[in-house]
Amino acid sequence: MAETLLSVRNLTVAFQTRRGAFDAVRDVSFDVEAGRVLGVVGESGSGKSVTAMALMQLLPEAARVSSGQIHLAGRDLGSLSDRQMRSVRGREIAMVFQDPMSSLNPIFSIGRQLMEPLTLQLGLSRAAARARAEELLGLVRIPSPPQIMRAYPHELSGGMRQRVMIAIALSCGPKLLIADEPTTALDVTTQAQILTLLRDLQHRMHMAVLLITHDLGVVAEFADDVQVMYAGRIVERSPVGALFDRPAHPYTEGLLRCMPPLEDEDPERLPAIEGNVASPFAMPAGCSFHPRCPYAWEACGRIQPQAVTLGAGHDAACLRHGVVPA
Amino acid sequence: MAGYILRRLAFLPLTLLIVALATFIVLRLTGNPVDIFLDINRTPEQVTALTQRLHLDQPLPVQFLIFLRDLLHGDFGESLQFSGSAAGVVWDRLGATLQLAGAGLALALILGIAGGIACAVWRDRAVDAAISSIAVAGQSMPSFWLGILLIEFFALQLHWLPTSGYGDLRHLVLPAVTLAAILMPNFTLITRTAVIELMSEQFVVTGRSKGLSRARVLATHILPNAVNPVLSFLGIQIGTLMAGSIVTETIYAWPGVGRLLINSIGHRDVPVVEASVFAIAIIIALSNLVVDVLQMLIDPRIHRG
Ligand SMILES: Nc1ncnc2c1ncn2[C@@H]1O[C@H](COP(=O)(O)OP(=O)(O)OP(=O)(O)O)[C@@H](O)[C@H]1O
Ligand SMILES: [Mg+2]
Repeated sequence: MAETLLSVRNLTVAFQTRRGAFDAVRDVSFDVEAGRVLGVVGESGSGKSVTAMALMQLLPEAARVSSGQIHLAGRDLGSLSDRQMRSVRGREIAMVFQDPMSSLNPIFSIGRQLMEPLTLQLGLSRAAARARAEELLGLVRIPSPPQIMRAYPHELSGGMRQRVMIAIALSCGPKLLIADEPTTALDVTTQAQILTLLRDLQHRMHMAVLLITHDLGVVAEFADDVQVMYAGRIVERSPVGALFDRPAHPYTEGLLRCMPPLEDEDPERLPAIEGNVASPFAMPAGCSFHPRCPYAWEACGRIQPQAVTLGAGHDAACLRHGVVPA
Repeated sequence: MAGYILRRLAFLPLTLLIVALATFIVLRLTGNPVDIFLDINRTPEQVTALTQRLHLDQPLPVQFLIFLRDLLHGDFGESLQFSGSAAGVVWDRLGATLQLAGAGLALALILGIAGGIACAVWRDRAVDAAISSIAVAGQSMPSFWLGILLIEFFALQLHWLPTSGYGDLRHLVLPAVTLAAILMPNFTLITRTAVIELMSEQFVVTGRSKGLSRARVLATHILPNAVNPVLSFLGIQIGTLMAGSIVTETIYAWPGVGRLLINSIGHRDVPVVEASVFAIAIIIALSNLVVDVLQMLIDPRIHRG
């Protein structure tokens, strides 16, 4: 049993917007073990990014953690001061985002943006930071680092920019890397390269990774464990193999059915899950998925299903697997 | 970069040619300087002499060509109301105008940008509401009215500052404030919008995720990106600044090119009017070039061919 690095318990994130209040993340609990890759999948709007930003304690102004705890290596992040949390960011948890173009400041050189955390967080001198920055660019397999140090973001391709973002994220040797759809904005070949790079670096640095994605194929290849989110809740969690062999939640089943087979020539004809994601303002009572669920019965509209353990590290929140006694 | 600057400078004569043509036409359309300049007791000899000196006996196109020829030598002719060349008269007043415009612009930039940042940081709070309303009110306040109020209060009531004239720093305060008031509200509103927009950029989240504080992200990532929108606006407003300078110089009897220009129009001192308009046109053109070059230095994405 690996040691638990990150432990999230009953996390609920509430938004207060002009259109009304809603919970984007609802009663979410999970652990990330040191050195492992946890994939998070779910449709758009299911709360993946909000969960990630809650871990960073960088929620948008409209949002706040309304209940729950986040422990990183035993420390309760919610109880840290602003200054303490700043030294956690970058050094203990780092993050890579979806769009590598807008993630970098357009008017500063790559070198400057890469050296920033090295001088500010690690207190390196400019010369030491420069040397380390060039090393990091080499680590993410960017050719001729000194030249790239002088380049500006718009002069690089999407894949190169994402490598730079990864180098920035790794610069202070974090224990946990959150990658929020790191390849969604890239073409297929580049996607594979970036994911291979991430996997490789994760091994070498013995880092835990929270890999957020829409793509179950990515999860199958790169994650150790996976959790499926729907409408702000985790509906199923499992080691990767078991999820693909024995999906236990009807939503997971649906996602798997929508996955293109590897050699598919006609991706146009992919089946999709019927219906739309539940609106956060009008959450169905009981199980949020029941209006779209082919197995739904009367009780699904009344009872909020709790996670039921089905095997080693595999549980699902669906009434088909029984009701947890209160 | 150097090539770009040279190419821009090469276009300057074209700009000035258009300015020359426009001034020439407007001045010839608005009456004969001889009638206005010579008094009722003029002799026919005086009329002939002045007509010849100003080449008014030639056909219009020829007049224009003569005008252009002299222009190439920096020669606008002799001033009619002052002794000496028109160019020299204007040159002597240029320092005062640059001093006023520089002080007014600096004041407007510093206060306007600071106000805009404060509005963006405390967006939708009392600070924002207060500063934004003052800015909007300031936008609709005519300068001459503000000038009168300032003179009444600070000069006539409190006797802190002189009512008008030129001399030490105390003379500069009221004119500079009056001029600054023209541009400041817009700088505030532009800065506010730019900073608020930049605050939702993804690179701001990146900065925070590196462990930077909110203040540091504002100072080192957001504000540098906000400079160019403000500069773009400044480029457009250099004309407004110069126009404001003319009004302000007139209110405060500030001995600059603006007041000279108004005065010379009244006296139909054609050479001085032309030289003044030219001086102002050159200031505007060069300022715009400086603004463009600064923007290129700040943002590597701008490439001007
Ligand atoms: N800044 C915000 N203001 C208001 N609502 C927000 C904001 N950010 C997210 N939300 C809402 O929170 C919910 C969860 O959003 P989140 O971004 O976590 O989804 P996601 O799972 O990351 O989706 P995607 O796959 O599209 O990235 C959505 O209903 C979204 O509309
Ligand atoms: Mg997202």
